[in-house]
Amino acid sequence: MTPEKELIAKRIAQELKDGYVINLGIGLPTMVTHYIPDGVDVLLQSENGMIRMGPPPKPSQFDKNITNAGAQPVTILPGGAFFDSALSFCIIRGGHVDVTVLGALQVDASGSLASHIVPGKLASGMGGAMDLVTGSKQVIVATTHTLPDGTPKIRSRCTLPVTAVNRVNKIVTELAVILVTPEGLLLTEIAEGCNPNDVQGVTEARLLLSPNLKHIPR
Amino acid sequence: MNHKVISVQEAVSKLQDGMTILIGGFMSTGTPETLINEIVAQGLQNLTIISNDSGHSGTGIAKLVKARQLKKIITTHIGLNPETGRQMMAGELEVELIPQGTLVERIRAAGGGLGGFLTPTGLGTSVQDGKQILTIHGRSYLLELPIQADAALIRGSVMDTSGNMLYHGSTRNFNPIMATAAPLVIAEAEQIVSVGELDPNHVVTPGLFVDYIVKEAL
Repeated sequence: MTPEKELIAKRIAQELKDGYVINLGIGLPTMVTHYIPDGVDVLLQSENGMIRMGPPPKPSQFDKNITNAGAQPVTILPGGAFFDSALSFCIIRGGHVDVTVLGALQVDASGSLASHIVPGKLASGMGGAMDLVTGSKQVIVATTHTLPDGTPKIRSRCTLPVTAVNRVNKIVTELAVILVTPEGLLLTEIAEGCNPNDVQGVTEARLLLSPNLKHIPR
Repeated sequence: MNHKVISVQEAVSKLQDGMTILIGGFMSTGTPETLINEIVAQGLQNLTIISNDSGHSGTGIAKLVKARQLKKIITTHIGLNPETGRQMMAGELEVELIPQGTLVERIRAAGGGLGGFLTPTGLGTSVQDGKQILTIHGRSYLLELPIQADAALIRGSVMDTSGNMLYHGSTRNFNPIMATAAPLVIAEAEQIVSVGELDPNHVVTPGLFVDYIVKEAL
């Protein structure tokens, strides 16, 4: 994992409270589990049908019948449960997930995000993302601030087909923490060594500056 | 009720070219691989498959995609099997992508005698194209309809010879829902036991849904 992604995962872990039911997307969002503070017990839900999903198994624990939504072997922690996909999406769509963390191709000033398709290119499909973003109490986008070529991912309007409209609450990147508010995107935290102009320079949407602007804690 | 247990060759001979078939499993966990292997061996053509995904790394439904036995796949995610996307882009395979929670609920509606259901998932996205939007208690919802199939292929971990079954780990996923939703249900069993050996408290799918049983051979 790059230092940038580590910073993002660490910062998002600070958002999680004891007892939260959370769902983490594959990739960077899953890394959040490495940084959950001591004393905070979260219930990790996986849309393929389990709660209290645990880390990958040691060789002696391997069970081909226990995998995550990305087909990787995982474990289940004490107190966990398995269920079918209808119940899984009752949990997801029904508002029983406190926080969903997922990546995005684009996210915009109204809290809409695009994460599932680029027209004319290979599509992965939305999987459970549309339901997760629609039904979770809080949606956090975990993403690098720009594409590798520097193109901003945080935009005034998504130009790609959207995965959900007005559902994102917070955007965490290696440069900034941004809240989605009715007035627009509010810059609340910036990385050390960075100033608000630097962040605005790589953000297509206009950023409002929080009067309490802070550094992202390391 | 031992007559339900038949050979995989006989079971697959009950399927026909052009059928619409539900296949259980999630990224090949809980997928009836023995039945899929036999569909490849018997060379059925022009199938429409309804499933969570299109398999990965040459497992599960990826075998049917590779063997070009599909006319269409209705699914939620094809990202772990690039061949599906390649065939889609080349115009060789029709792919309909729908949100995972909506897919499982459309199957559940078909199996449970419902005329459809209302979901907020997909509002404001391309998923809503051509669908009726209804307002209930001030909130908007998409009207989604049951999805019909000719057959369902599912997998259980332990099954008695009357078709009562339970599922280990995350293999449950779409299987119990699909078991209810087709006029012909063929279940692949990791382990087959005699009637009376399963604790009724542990049975997830009652045998009444199951027409034929095949022993897994992997």
